[in-house]
Amino acid sequence: MAELIPTIIAKYNYWIYITLMMIGLYAMIAKNNLVKKILGMSIFQTAIILFYVSIGVKKGATIPILEGVHGHGAAHQAVHAADYVNPLPHVLMLTAIVVGVATLGVALALAIRVYNRYNTLEEDEILAQIRKK
Amino acid sequence: MSQQYPALLVIVPLLSAFAISIAGWMNKRLCFPIAVTALGVAAYSSIGLLFRVMDEGVIVYKLGGWAPPMGIAYYIDHLNAIVLVVVTIVAFLNVISAKKSIEQEFPEKAAPFYALYVLMVTGLLGIVVTGDAFNLYVLLEIAALTGYGLLAMGEERAPLSTLNYLYMGTIGACFYLLGVGYLYIVTGSLNMVDIARLLPPLYQSKAVLAAFIICMVGVWLKMAFFPLHAWLPNAYTHATSSASSLIAPLVTKVMVYVMIRLMLTIFTPEFVFATLALQNIVVWLAVIAIVMGAILALAERNLKKMLAFIIVAEVGYMVGGVWLGNRAGMTGAILHIVNDALMTLCVFLVVGNIVYKVKGYAFEDLQGLFRKMPFTMGAFVVGAMSIIGVPPTCGFFSKWYLILGGLQAGHYGFVAALIFSSLVSVVLFFRIFEICYYEPFSDHHGHDHPPQPMAEAPPLMVVPLLIVAVILILVGLYTGDIVNHIIKFAIPEGLV
Repeated sequence: MAELIPTIIAKYNYWIYITLMMIGLYAMIAKNNLVKKILGMSIFQTAIILFYVSIGVKKGATIPILEGVHGHGAAHQAVHAADYVNPLPHVLMLTAIVVGVATLGVALALAIRVYNRYNTLEEDEILAQIRKK
Repeated sequence: MSQQYPALLVIVPLLSAFAISIAGWMNKRLCFPIAVTALGVAAYSSIGLLFRVMDEGVIVYKLGGWAPPMGIAYYIDHLNAIVLVVVTIVAFLNVISAKKSIEQEFPEKAAPFYALYVLMVTGLLGIVVTGDAFNLYVLLEIAALTGYGLLAMGEERAPLSTLNYLYMGTIGACFYLLGVGYLYIVTGSLNMVDIARLLPPLYQSKAVLAAFIICMVGVWLKMAFFPLHAWLPNAYTHATSSASSLIAPLVTKVMVYVMIRLMLTIFTPEFVFATLALQNIVVWLAVIAIVMGAILALAERNLKKMLAFIIVAEVGYMVGGVWLGNRAGMTGAILHIVNDALMTLCVFLVVGNIVYKVKGYAFEDLQGLFRKMPFTMGAFVVGAMSIIGVPPTCGFFSKWYLILGGLQAGHYGFVAALIFSSLVSVVLFFRIFEICYYEPFSDHHGHDHPPQPMAEAPPLMVVPLLIVAVILILVGLYTGDIVNHIIKFAIPEGLV
């Protein structure tokens, strides 16, 4: 246990993303309400987005914008990669956020269709209605 | 022009999706011609691309002229060239046949349907053509999101089934993304070829192992590999017939392609088969998938759901073939991607025609169909023979290679599962032939009632179906050429 705690603290970003992911997964499996399931799915996606964002971060580094140089001049100046956070995971996550929002939108739209048809969002009540037919 | 085929393949359907949406506001009758033209161009480009790849070898297409590790590149080799041809041809034939059933089922939603349809094909083509692991994720989600839209346009239970598919599909895609994240941590690259170059010294790393397993689980979820298949049957059954005949043949097969790409290009066979000790376990999982798919199909009393469970079994064929880890098994799996896409299209188009005329697909609705719809049922016989695996239809040859691979690997459980599943398919399809052959029982005994007149589906639906049936036999007859000129080069030399 004693050697485990420093490992957890040193890699706390991974533990946070895994915790969030499991919260999302739990909601998707255990919750009965469709909207709660959908929000669980959204938490699941957000956990992975946070994971990506955290891997681009460096201690003591700044945002990756080169100051005082314009256009082609930037190429000639020495750039120390260690001074800047890695922008690539962040850029990727812009796309993933868009995907996540679209998925959430489609899922909620489907939930509305389900609600209009069965007048409930509780999964057990919907399944009972389907079985009755 | 032919230099730009890889880009045209994706851009033409993408832009036509916008054109269809705009046309939907002005004149709905324009939507169908735009969709057919766009998919026709895509099919033409993909065939052109296949011939170029056969002549020149691997084509690298740098989008915007940016060199690969920085920019996104499209890599087209023999493996994805043939998958591209299959995807475009299936999409093209199916859109023609979809017109009539859309006019019958939801004429007011024709424009959104065609727009989503074309966008989904864009996503699938992008998945197949791209050489960038993150780009693949985005296109995966494009194909999935449009797929949810198409599937939800179905009957009463469709939104709920689609919502269940959406949960599973999203988890699958997220797992894939997580795996790519791990690969990015250890290699710092997202380009598939670049990752493969950087990975060999890291094969013992736990992060690489985790990345591989997480990616695999994600892809298996998406392709409905047996314990993860629960979303598939309902989603495909409750969808409208023109949507399910696009999605059923293509989505699972494209995901099998992604799995092969991950295993052959990114992780390389040396890592997957030599370093990991998973091979045997996965083949046994495939055996369970095949057997369970066949048994669950046997329990169904409704044609479309039965076919959906057959897809679950077919996914087991391909996963098992790939994981046998020898040349014959891999050849069989790649050939089966082609064959299974075509034969699934064939039987789902048949279901579409039956639904168009009979308004149902339960077994009781099928009585007397051989007299009523002779052409449709003729094509159904060809498709069924192909799924059972009767020569000269193409299904026989891929099954032959798979069995050969199983024997070479000494995996007799897999061989037995293939034979068991074929026998179950015989029962499944001959039971349907029997139902379709006899007329419905009439209440007036002793009277000679006149036989039902022929009531075939419209030519726009029958002709694509007959073309597919002919392709099934032609692919079977030319299997030798396909294997020797295309699939042989798709498998790395190292795999014996």
